[in-house]
Amino acid sequence: MTERNYMLNAVAVIAAKELREGLRNRWAVSATVILAAVALTIVLLGSAPTGLVRISPLSVTVVSLSSLTIFLVPLIALLLSYDALAGEIERGTMALLLSYPVSHAQVIAGKFLGHAAILTIATVIGYGAAGVALVFDGNQVEANAWNAFSFMVGSSVLLGMAFVALGYLVSATARDPRTAAGIAVGLWLFFAFIYDLALLGLLVADGGKHIAVSFLNVVLLANPADVYRLLNLTGFSNVSMFAGMTGIAGQLNVGTSFLLSTLIGWTAVPLVLATFVFARREL
Amino acid sequence: MTDAVAVLANVTKRYGAQLGVSDLDFIARAGERIGLIGHNGAGKSTLIKLILGLLRPTSGRVEVLGEDLAWQTSRGVRLQMGYLPENLVFPPSMSGEEVLAFYARLKQQPVSSNRELLERVGIAHAAKRRVATYSKGMRQRLGLAQALLGTPRILLLDEPTTGLDPALREKFYQIIGEMSEAGTSVVLSSHALAELEGEVDRLVVMSNSCKVADGTVQELRRMLHDPVRIRVTLADTQIAIAPGVLGEIEWKRHGPQTMEIRCREADKMDVLRRLSSLSAAIEDIEIVTPGLDAIYTQFLGQEAAE
Repeated sequence: MTERNYMLNAVAVIAAKELREGLRNRWAVSATVILAAVALTIVLLGSAPTGLVRISPLSVTVVSLSSLTIFLVPLIALLLSYDALAGEIERGTMALLLSYPVSHAQVIAGKFLGHAAILTIATVIGYGAAGVALVFDGNQVEANAWNAFSFMVGSSVLLGMAFVALGYLVSATARDPRTAAGIAVGLWLFFAFIYDLALLGLLVADGGKHIAVSFLNVVLLANPADVYRLLNLTGFSNVSMFAGMTGIAGQLNVGTSFLLSTLIGWTAVPLVLATFVFARREL
Repeated sequence: MTDAVAVLANVTKRYGAQLGVSDLDFIARAGERIGLIGHNGAGKSTLIKLILGLLRPTSGRVEVLGEDLAWQTSRGVRLQMGYLPENLVFPPSMSGEEVLAFYARLKQQPVSSNRELLERVGIAHAAKRRVATYSKGMRQRLGLAQALLGTPRILLLDEPTTGLDPALREKFYQIIGEMSEAGTSVVLSSHALAELEGEVDRLVVMSNSCKVADGTVQELRRMLHDPVRIRVTLADTQIAIAPGVLGEIEWKRHGPQTMEIRCREADKMDVLRRLSSLSAAIEDIEIVTPGLDAIYTQFLGQEAAE
């Protein structure tokens, strides 16, 4: 086996083990069930108010579901990842793993692929169930709404990956798994709730006098959850109409591809940082 | 030295302000079984992790299988090392078989020969069961099995027998013996010195981050201050031993007919020769060689008392 093949092989072996463990200890199953339950609830309840106005129920679903994703997916991702390094360090398996011909970067890459696979399975099946339910409910869905829906599922996976990467950074930094859990919950509260509340408060207090749109752009991009929100609530015209984000969408001069790369950056940068911190840490 | 598989020279390892090991010299040769003895925190695990390349020395040189582990341990070296960490917990939802397959793949070993390995450590019957159902002994045997993957040239076992019952411990030492006969250098740590007697070729005693003794059990005995006690039973209560016969050797009279001489291992034969000149007056000579306990007390006793 060549050196390069071996490097890829070690990543694949670790990824396969993480995936298997995730499936085995019901992680993937519970995440799928939670996402499916939430999505189905929204589909079944959410089609009620659309009765008269005849707007596409799928578009409404995308709006409601992406709002919920912002809370749910980061939490699932952080729960999946906070223990990944700190836990194995405490259980002694990390020292053992690193005594094998495996580098720190390979460990993180392998774990990330495994966890990303679990997250993808859970999101695609969970939200996919909602899409299927809509069709079986006898709804006519225009193609554009399907695009928005698939885009929403895909970007939810990306959002999850960003928080998996952030979870690794927490896990690499924290002294032990319990500290990591605490920091992870704090991180979730910060990005999913506090950040937007604080921003809203700031905007209200300012009354539109000093804060420029360019500043708002930067602030929103600095939170992966907001990047996701912008992606899904402004990306498609018939979605942004219902989301009440039309105003913001018109003012924000950032394109979808830019938002997507920002979200990917929110995955890549914490991953690289986590690898760096982890490699410097002594077991 | 050509058969040295691991050499540490003047190695110091600090964790911030805390000292891991201080100015340590250590050598492990092919086929040698080395017992690392010391209290918790004496630096045994640090020494093992330095050899593994998991820790970088603060100063000094670590050379393993002819390679300087200055920065990154090469793949070639790692493929030839086996390690069993202290307090290892395998993923509970995986079966023993799956755990071993995972490690075999990482070590580029054919998974097909795992069965044999599980049989060797005696848990083949539980191969398909989840690790969560394993007893402490079974987990430890699974840990040993992964360390044996690929027949390593260095086997590093951190407290491998702690918490195992005596029968299992014997099984462990049997496998360790087989490995060393095949040329593997085995380094194992323990804080129970007594169980190492006869199971290792050499002892390295660690205390407060420093190596305080290094040698065979025989050699360590010779280093003891007054290790050998010779009890002499005199033929008659009236016998007085003339000064000078025993030279500078100290002796004590314990009773009317018994006396005890304490001397260093190195002086033992000299004392016996002198005593033999008194043979008519002596009824019996009993030599008490100190066990490993005495070695332990002398080298580590002070902290034990603290």
